[in-house]
Amino acid sequence: MEKIPILKMGPFLLVTIQVDLYDRLALNLESDLVQMVNKTSAKGVLIDISAVNIVDSFMGRIIGNIANMTRIMDAQTVVVGMQPAVAITLVELGLPLNGVRTALNVEKGMALLRTMITSDDEDENTDDDSNIV
Amino acid sequence: MQVLKEMDVVLFRNRVKEFAVRIKMGLVNQTKLITAASELVRNMLMYANGGKVLIEIVTRGRDNGIRLTFRDEGPGIKDINLAMKDGYSTGKSLGLGLPGAKRLVNEFNIQSEPGKGTTVMIIKWANG
Repeated sequence: MEKIPILKMGPFLLVTIQVDLYDRLALNLESDLVQMVNKTSAKGVLIDISAVNIVDSFMGRIIGNIANMTRIMDAQTVVVGMQPAVAITLVELGLPLNGVRTALNVEKGMALLRTMITSDDEDENTDDDSNIV
Repeated sequence: MQVLKEMDVVLFRNRVKEFAVRIKMGLVNQTKLITAASELVRNMLMYANGGKVLIEIVTRGRDNGIRLTFRDEGPGIKDINLAMKDGYSTGKSLGLGLPGAKRLVNEFNIQSEPGKGTTVMIIKWANG
């Protein structure tokens, strides 16, 4: 059975989809990712779909699911590298991926994840400081 | 070409792409066509346990196009108008498959007889 690898990088999980997605594979990725978030207490998930040529309603739904599921588990998901043709097709299909954070490329996606997580951390830090003082 | 299981879908999408490339279809139209094909082939697998797809190159004046005909012998669709509505699904999907596929192609024709099966024909012109 094919599997999409999930890499851990500090507080983030990194997924690069390099193969043609089909339904089963996308579903497995969804459950693998949510479990990895739980296991590693990751704060962010970055999904690179720059090599994905086709996102239809099913895969689009899975991407939305992943973003929602990880959010409930206190991790942010950013989808990066969507091809222009895929974006055009998704919107015309009627699936604008509302609620999914996106960035143009991996670098910008990482930067976005970092800012999202630092703003979380700052809240916690203020709590910590008050404890020390 | 026969599509009976989920793994056939990837193969089928690649075949459609080969044909689209052969008639020099642009990347955006290719992506729309393959996405529409992907939706329709999923319907066929989910509701009718697979079926057959015919891939053809068609010509209209100076324009070439790809015609895909999806034929299954599944349960058929009782109310096609309802099935073509956004957000309607008898399964647990988003209900975007049929109406979404229609928006992505130039011509869309669906015929269905309950108990006998469903045939969907789509055409995407290379410059359409």
